[in-house]
Amino acid sequence: MQAFLDIFDIYLLEAVINGILLGGVLALLALGLNLIFGVIDVTWICYAELVMIGMYAMYFMVQYYGISYFIAAPFTILLVAILGALLHYLVIAPLLTAPPINQLLATGGVLFVLQSFATVAFGIDFRNLGIRLPVLAFGDMNFSYARLLSFLAALVGMVAVYLFMTRTFTGTAIRAISQDRQIMALMGVDTKRIYLITSAIGGGLAGLAACLLVLQYDVHPFVGLSFGPITFLICVLGGLGNFIGGFIAAFVFAEIISLGGLFSDLEWGYVLAFAFFIVMMFIRPAGLLARRR
Amino acid sequence: MTGQGRFAAWGIGLAALVALPFVYRDPYHLHILVLILIWSFAYTSWSMMGRFGLVSLGHGGFMGIGAYVTALLWNHLGLSPWIGIPIGMVAAGALALIVGYPCFRFRITGHYFVLVTLALSGIVLQVITATRDYTGGSLGYTPNRASGNKLLALQFDDKTTWYLIALAVWLGGIVVWHLIDRSMSRYALEAISEDEDAAAAAGVNVTAEKLKITLISALMTALAGAIYCQYQMFITPDTVSGIAVSLQMVFAAIVGGLFVSLGPTVGAVITILLAETLRIGFGTRAVGWDNLVYGVLLVLFIIFLPKGILGSLLDRLKPQRKVPRAHEQKAVQIARPGT
Repeated sequence: MQAFLDIFDIYLLEAVINGILLGGVLALLALGLNLIFGVIDVTWICYAELVMIGMYAMYFMVQYYGISYFIAAPFTILLVAILGALLHYLVIAPLLTAPPINQLLATGGVLFVLQSFATVAFGIDFRNLGIRLPVLAFGDMNFSYARLLSFLAALVGMVAVYLFMTRTFTGTAIRAISQDRQIMALMGVDTKRIYLITSAIGGGLAGLAACLLVLQYDVHPFVGLSFGPITFLICVLGGLGNFIGGFIAAFVFAEIISLGGLFSDLEWGYVLAFAFFIVMMFIRPAGLLARRR
Repeated sequence: MTGQGRFAAWGIGLAALVALPFVYRDPYHLHILVLILIWSFAYTSWSMMGRFGLVSLGHGGFMGIGAYVTALLWNHLGLSPWIGIPIGMVAAGALALIVGYPCFRFRITGHYFVLVTLALSGIVLQVITATRDYTGGSLGYTPNRASGNKLLALQFDDKTTWYLIALAVWLGGIVVWHLIDRSMSRYALEAISEDEDAAAAAGVNVTAEKLKITLISALMTALAGAIYCQYQMFITPDTVSGIAVSLQMVFAAIVGGLFVSLGPTVGAVITILLAETLRIGFGTRAVGWDNLVYGVLLVLFIIFLPKGILGSLLDRLKPQRKVPRAHEQKAVQIARPGT
């Protein structure tokens, strides 16, 4: 009996730490989406599909053209950043004054487009980079280097965004616009330009996430559906546009999924996380960290 | 069109639709028609909420519950779909109430409402996949073939019977739409979608009205799922449940026009014909092309024709039928000086 408990605890600890590592990537995904929402007041339903395109870009650059992973990564980030700016310019900008639901549905259309574009262009095969990183054994616990690397890169990415937002003029302007979008135009800030820059940064974060996720998961056209919904839920749980809330919510969610997966199937982990989300919506409708009115 | 003329047009149209399978018997075309009717019914159910600004991405969940509950009861308990379908509908309705009540009570609207319902369809999809010992998981599920009475099992081999059933169900959906269109609830819900606080101040029970329409919509969507399951005799979590199905409903309703009763039907006709044409035209190379065209159209429609094809067409045909909103605003201002 004692031996059983010991093993059990090791697994529990392993699941908890794996949850934290997963949380890092989810937090990165949520950060990009939160940025877009906080500044432009639009939800990109197709955000995960941008990540999917980024994953394909990594796959082709590394596998087909034999470019080294670390050179391919900046190109992918740039590519997805351009995609993000294009998405804003072509789809969101004409709809800025439309009801919010229409903007949300239009990006839903983009989701279809990106998904089926990937199906048409790349086929529905599962592809992976073929890079197998070693597994780190620590005591009796195993952690994959891929996850550890993702977690660290996600942290670096988040710190970089934080510094950009607080230390540069453009970053300050972005934060100011999210507080009052009407008045900033009067203060001499070109709102259109700021929106474009924000979209590009949001896209760039999706690109970074793509570079990290491609190490752990196979790419296929519908890969976005497996982590897209969870990203939205994290953003809403943290309060849309609330960066710190999103950060915390990402770790809460990752722990629920990881621990739920430990006791049963992975799907039940997701079910638990979704159910937790719905319950939390009723208790704290405006997000985990929202102040009570 | 006068009232009598309108009734005559509906009567002639319906008579033609009922007579069709007895005159024209090509099984493939009938199959497409049945699919169009079933999906039209599902899209109409979605639009009941959608037209009042309650955009739900959870309808894939309701549809999945309807389909799976009916099939599971039949296979495991031998319960006839005649009893199974109502049970499936009740289950979907109960879920709608459980999620809907706190949503409306705590004023979860707009983006937040969309994302809560998104979580709902995510849950249903994951539960169906996770309970793979019973539901077959993502490989799909087939109701057992009936050995005895076909009517009792609601399984028919000929397309004509299915066509008539689907037609009846679709017609029921249109009738419900018109009943709601003429009820007080419609005005209450329109007021709510314009301004919830003002509607509440004017004596509208916001929570109750929203719950009512959500319940109706969920029940109908579950029925659509069950009928689809009985007709196709094969369901997978991805074809009747989940986010893709929910988005497909939104897309078709918007293309057709979600503010007019036949709009979702027009949307279903367009989307299904489009998918079939592409499938036949391109053969196996068409995998993905239909969704590509869908997506582009959806974006273009939302930007340029937010009222949908039928809605915009009707607006063009009879302009100035309604008082424009701007005038109403002015009237309100005159009535309430100083605001």
